[in-house]
Amino acid sequence: MTDKLPRTNATAKAARGDAHPAAGEPLLRIEGVAKTFGTFRAVDGVSLDIKAGEFFALLGPSGCGKTTLLRMLAGFEAPDEGRILLGGKDIAQALPHERPINMMFQNYALFPHLAVRDNIAFGLKRAGMARGEIATRVAEMVALVKLEGLEKRKPDQLSGGQRQRVALARALARRPQLLLLDEPLAALDKKLRENTQGELMELQRRLGMTFIIVTHDQEEAMTMASRIGVMRDGKLAQVASPRELYEAPHSRWIAEFVGDVNLFDGEFKLRDGHQLVIATQGAGTLVVAEPRERVGESHLSVAIRPEKVKLSRRGPVGEIGHAVAINSLDGVIADICYLGGTTTYKVKLDAGGMMQAAVANSARLDIDAYSLNQHVVAWFTPDDCVVLPS
Amino acid sequence: MRKISRLSRFNIASLTLGLAFLYLPILILVIYSFNASRLVTVWGGWSLRWYQELFSDRAMIEAAWMSLRVAISSATIATLLGTLAAVALSRGERFRGRTLFSGMLYAPLVMPEVIAGLSLLLLFVALNAERGFWTVTIAHTTLTMCFVAVVVQSRLGSLDRSLEEAAMDLGCDPVRAFLAVTLPLIVPAIVAGWMLAFTLSLDDLVIASFTTGPGSATLPIRIYSEVRLGVKPEINAICTLVIGLIAVVIVIASLASKLSSSQGESAAPL
Repeated sequence: MTDKLPRTNATAKAARGDAHPAAGEPLLRIEGVAKTFGTFRAVDGVSLDIKAGEFFALLGPSGCGKTTLLRMLAGFEAPDEGRILLGGKDIAQALPHERPINMMFQNYALFPHLAVRDNIAFGLKRAGMARGEIATRVAEMVALVKLEGLEKRKPDQLSGGQRQRVALARALARRPQLLLLDEPLAALDKKLRENTQGELMELQRRLGMTFIIVTHDQEEAMTMASRIGVMRDGKLAQVASPRELYEAPHSRWIAEFVGDVNLFDGEFKLRDGHQLVIATQGAGTLVVAEPRERVGESHLSVAIRPEKVKLSRRGPVGEIGHAVAINSLDGVIADICYLGGTTTYKVKLDAGGMMQAAVANSARLDIDAYSLNQHVVAWFTPDDCVVLPS
Repeated sequence: MRKISRLSRFNIASLTLGLAFLYLPILILVIYSFNASRLVTVWGGWSLRWYQELFSDRAMIEAAWMSLRVAISSATIATLLGTLAAVALSRGERFRGRTLFSGMLYAPLVMPEVIAGLSLLLLFVALNAERGFWTVTIAHTTLTMCFVAVVVQSRLGSLDRSLEEAAMDLGCDPVRAFLAVTLPLIVPAIVAGWMLAFTLSLDDLVIASFTTGPGSATLPIRIYSEVRLGVKPEINAICTLVIGLIAVVIVIASLASKLSSSQGESAAPL
């Protein structure tokens, strides 16, 4: 973005003189944190470690407690139970201004009576920085978020994207140990949001800072974060890398919340080496890879992502590698949804169920496309299936 | 198109009539204040004679000065107290009886002035306070404080709470956050509240006549007692001056509140 790089994270931290985590220790440790509003348990016993330099996303539907958790990290709410350790020091009851943490607000919360420059300088003045140093830092931040020439504008003279940048610069100016971002891109249109995602990631990598972002948009979380914590009803349902979350969800709910999925309930029949045979409702008998963690019950669900399902006119084709058994299901095309890059077909299986298949439109001409009511074979390997407790 | 123009002609007519109804008496008063004749209802040509006589009328000048002093001091005290009340009601923790408290704060808005004046008079008599400048000022403060609180509280209500949170996040303790962010944003409302309190105090007759003492009549009291003996053209002159002053104050107050609301839009961009 610019040639002028801000100081690295290490020197910034040293300058602030805050407690650093010992080697191997996480930067932030959340221990059994809970918060109750009236009778509603917004956050219910969350424990989480976040390492320095991570880009962590808290993902969940609205009302799942992710924003409350973030506000407890910022200090706007005090937890009823548990500890929040930053660099080994408990900050659970500290006031917002006593924490080396800054937050970027969902609606940006720019001070309308102050110009861009003064908004960015606000936190630096409070920190008692010398005037010359403030000017240097503000110029640095303005360059970092590419707002040159707009320093004297008031927030209401800026576009949505520009305001977002000012809010980011203001939150970064104090070089916090931890930056919290509350739905930072929710107010931007799609194209701008995608560009900004890339910029945020690059910025985080270059500054080596630790970011925690709250979002309800799973695509946004997958794109940006190195690790995602999925929250549901005040609890962390799963903490994993985007890939693991998508390919190995812990529960039916997560499989359905993150991306599209075909789910079939069924019963365990027999074990054949590292494969299980499951009699499903709607998709006949399926052969699936044995899950890493043993599923105790005999009632199971089988989850297959739509893009793992291949379609062909007669049967499994192409290179299949070492897979010994193939699941192959007959059906007819019931619905076609053309999305540009891919086409989603809904296949009415002869076994009774409905199967979604996402097929990449790898050729411009539609010679490979299927038409409505056409007979097809939907097939996938045992490794493409995930077995979940039902 | 024809329908619209007919409708707008009707609108123009009703607007003219309405404005005439409101402002014709005032206009006549202003014109007659420049009357050369001693008789109030007979036009005797243009003159500034009554303004001259007004400025040599010591009693009238003293009453005007008294009114101005009362209006400025009561408006200032009321603004201070009203702003504090508004901040406490909209920003403080939810305390017990808060709804009752805010309801009681606004009671003077609907309380008949005669009752307010009488109760204050009884209080001052019970306290054995010497009635004069301070009793009128205190009475006007209690009357106008709720107006200031209403104006400031509505402004505070439209402010985004996350602005204060952002200030705290950036290193301000709660008091600092209020002074650095909230206060500058509600200043237009505070100014508008002061102007409102000032004009209310300036033209109050009822409460002032209950709570004032001998030798410290406010301008409305003075004018009222003069008129009872017969309207002198001099009264027209002083009324014209008061109308001018109030018009200026109201224009400033509405400009300030306009500024306040346009800033409010930018405060909450979503």
